[in-house]
Amino acid sequence: MNATSHESSAATPAERPSLKSVFRLQWEPAQNAHVLLYPEGMVKLNQSAAEILKRCDGTRDLQALVAELERAFETTGIEAEVRAFLAEARTRGWIA
Amino acid sequence: MTDLVSPVAGATADDAQAAGGVAPPLWLLAELTYRCPLHCVFCYNPVDYAANRRELDTAQWIAVLREARALGAAQLGFSGGEPLLRDDLEELVAVARELGFYTNLITSGIGLTDARLGALKKAGLDHIQLSFQDSTQELNDFLSSTRTFDLKCRVAEAIKRHGFPMVLNCVLHRYNLPHVDKIIEMALAMGAEYLELANTQYYGWAYKNRAQLLPTQEQLVAAEAVVERYRQSHGDRCRIFFVVPDYFERRPKRCMNGWGAVFLGIAPDGTALPCHAARSLPGISFPNVTDTALADIWYRSDAFNRFRGFEWMKEPCRSCEEKTKDLGGCRCQAYLLTGDAANADPVCDKSPAHAQIVQFVERASEAAAGGGGATEQPIFFRNDANSRKLSGLSHEADAQSGGACGTRDEAGAKS
Repeated sequence: MNATSHESSAATPAERPSLKSVFRLQWEPAQNAHVLLYPEGMVKLNQSAAEILKRCDGTRDLQALVAELERAFETTGIEAEVRAFLAEARTRGWIA
Repeated sequence: MTDLVSPVAGATADDAQAAGGVAPPLWLLAELTYRCPLHCVFCYNPVDYAANRRELDTAQWIAVLREARALGAAQLGFSGGEPLLRDDLEELVAVARELGFYTNLITSGIGLTDARLGALKKAGLDHIQLSFQDSTQELNDFLSSTRTFDLKCRVAEAIKRHGFPMVLNCVLHRYNLPHVDKIIEMALAMGAEYLELANTQYYGWAYKNRAQLLPTQEQLVAAEAVVERYRQSHGDRCRIFFVVPDYFERRPKRCMNGWGAVFLGIAPDGTALPCHAARSLPGISFPNVTDTALADIWYRSDAFNRFRGFEWMKEPCRSCEEKTKDLGGCRCQAYLLTGDAANADPVCDKSPAHAQIVQFVERASEAAAGGGGATEQPIFFRNDANSRKLSGLSHEADAQSGGACGTRDEAGAKS
C-alpha cells in the first residue's frame, strides 16, 4: 500500500511534514479562505493553518518551518503553536 | 451513495441563516446518466428512472460545471447510473479540474479499463470511489444481479496502480452486515484510503426492498463493535466511515446538511435537485439547467427555497428546540412515510408517525429471526422492466415470479 511504503521509507516522517497526496490545498474565493479538499469533503482553514500547511511539502523540518513563518510574518515565539497544529493535522490524517 | 456532505465544514445552513442569506453550493453531483450495467437492489436512482432517458450533451454539462464553479462549488462528483458509460467523461473531468473542482468519480468500476484510467489521470481526476456489494463473490453478484466481483477486484488493483486515492464504498444491510470484518479486510488489502460503510437508507429501490434489507439491532451493534476495533488497530491506514441507518435512531439526521444548503444535484436530463431522492416529492417543480441559469436555480427557485430556514416547518418541529440541529430531518422520508414533505421526519420519536418505523424495525427483526416462507418477500432488482412496472408504466412482468425478480430463498441458495 502506498501510504505504508511511504511512511516506512521516510525514516522519521514527522520531522519533515508533508501534506498527504489525497489532499489539495487551494484558495476558494467563494469562502474567502484557503480550504483543504479531499474525497467528497472540504475543510475551511483559518489563515495560520493555511500558512503552515502550505509549507508542509516534505522539504522542511519543524525548525525550518517555524523560522520561515516567523520571518514571513515578522513575529517570534510561534513554535508551540505550530507544533500543536502539526500534531492536530497528523491526528486528522492530513499530513505524514 | 449516501449523505457524504457531513464531513464538509465551512458555510452551513446556520452560517447562511446567521448571515441572513443563502450560502453558495459546495458540492455538485453530476449524475451523467441513469444507465447502469448493475441492477442493485438498493440503488438510489428514482424507481421510475426508465421514464427519464434524456441526457444532457457534453456542451450542456460543461456549462453546468462552469456555472456551478462560479457559484462557489468546490467538490464535484461524477455519478450516475454508471458515469463510465459516457464517453465524454474524460473531457468533462479535464474541464472540471481546470476550473478548480476536486473531482470524484463514483463508479461501479465496470468499464474502468487501463486505458480509461490513464486518460482520467491525465485529465486530472482527483479520486475514485469504487462500489462493492460485499466481500464475497456470491453476495456481490447476487445483490447487483451481475457477475462483477472478480472484475471489481481487478479494477481496485488497477486504480491503485495508476496512483489514485480510492474510497471503497459498500452499502450495508441484513445480508452483508455479518461480513463487515471481511469487507474491512478487503478494503485494507486493496489499499483503500477510505472505506465508507453505508447502511442502506430507505429511499427509491431500497424502500421497495426494505422488508428484505432492514437489519436487526443486534447485527448493527455487532458490526459497529467490529468497525470500532478496526478503527483502533488500522485507523491510520484507512479511515472507516460508518453511516448509521436512521430507522434505528430516535432523532433524524441533518439530511443533506440542510435543503439547498450545500448540495446541488443535477440529474441526467438537467433537472436540478437539492437531494438525489427529491425528485419523488410531488407538488414541487424542479428547475432544469437547460432553461434556467444555475444562480437563479440555487438562489431564487421555489424548489430550492421551499425547505430553507424554519418557516415551512409544522409541529412538532416548529416549536422544537432541536430544530436548528437536525432541521427537521429528511423531507423525502417525511413524504414517503407521512405523505407530507413538510412534516417531521418520522425517525424522530416526537413525530406522531414514529410508531410506523418502530413497528417496521420490529417486524424485520422477527422476520430475520424466524425466517421461513411466511415472511418471504420479492426482491426488486433495479432494471428497466421493474422500473416501468413499479412506476405504473407497464404491467408486463409479475412482481412475484418475473425473471427480473428474485426472492429471499434465492438469495439464501446463492450465498
